[in-house]
Amino acid sequence: MTVAGREFSSRLLVGTGKYKDFDETGAAIAESGADVVTFAVRRTNLGQDAEAPNLLDAVSPQRYTLLPNTAGCYTAKDAVRTCRLARELLDGHNLVKLEVLGDDHTLYPNVVETLKAAETLLADGFDVMVYTSDDPIVARELEAMGCCAIMPLGSLIGSGHGIQNPHNVRLIVEQSSVPVLVDAGIGTASDAAMAMELGCDGVLLNTAIAHARDPLRMARAMKLAVEAGRDAFLAGRMPRRQNADPSSPFAGRINS
Amino acid sequence: MTMIHIRLNGDPHPLEAGTHLVQLIEQLGLTGRRIAVEINEEIVPKSQHAQTPLAEGDQVEVVHAIGGG
Repeated sequence: MTVAGREFSSRLLVGTGKYKDFDETGAAIAESGADVVTFAVRRTNLGQDAEAPNLLDAVSPQRYTLLPNTAGCYTAKDAVRTCRLARELLDGHNLVKLEVLGDDHTLYPNVVETLKAAETLLADGFDVMVYTSDDPIVARELEAMGCCAIMPLGSLIGSGHGIQNPHNVRLIVEQSSVPVLVDAGIGTASDAAMAMELGCDGVLLNTAIAHARDPLRMARAMKLAVEAGRDAFLAGRMPRRQNADPSSPFAGRINS
Repeated sequence: MTMIHIRLNGDPHPLEAGTHLVQLIEQLGLTGRRIAVEINEEIVPKSQHAQTPLAEGDQVEVVHAIGGG
């Protein structure tokens, strides 16, 4: 998968939130096979032990492509500030995941603020992977502006409800010439496979792994599901039929 | 010694007048840590931390990477 000229071998992108500790974060991400790892930007806890472990020790910028997100931002202004801080944090790295949220109950994207933020960030030289609703018209606008990946939600962030509107996701896939990734809502491996079978270029998830009973095992399941879903999409599924169609020939049966 | 007051990550923070950003970072024990700093909503690149003085009323944000999705 190529995003903004960057080549990635894995189509699974993972978050770093909600893990028990950094050891588990690092181990689960390694198991997932992901190349791209997203993280959040927050105020440093001042007065804390300066030697305390840092996320970027567990998830090395040398090994992974780090994708800062604007989670927690409710306005275009805050999202733009967060991206600029992230770029400074990562020594000029300009690939970001833009998300501007509407309210804290749904965490649904506020597309008006998202469009405003995208415009400013693109003008400022960022490569913008954008979290958005599954509205194909909004997706088309974001692509036309120059966003390098369109990332519709499958369902609400952290809900694990899977892909609630596969038809819209398919419409977005069919119209887009930049990568489309389902971001948010993936609950288990079959959801990730479904995203890929719909023709998505990738899947971004976090909670499905972090909150599984066995995160490492789920990380592997997600890796395999994304690969299986992609192969199934490329292979082209068989047509659905109304009636049964035997796999063993009728001819040559005994008693025939 | 003249003191000034800035807001550091949202909280009031007293400082000796004439303190530069690089010294504040040192006082906070954050020298060499992977952080980013904004003063009054403008990024201050690492290369300018030594030359950037802090003034009364400055709003300083110091951020780092944390887990998120």
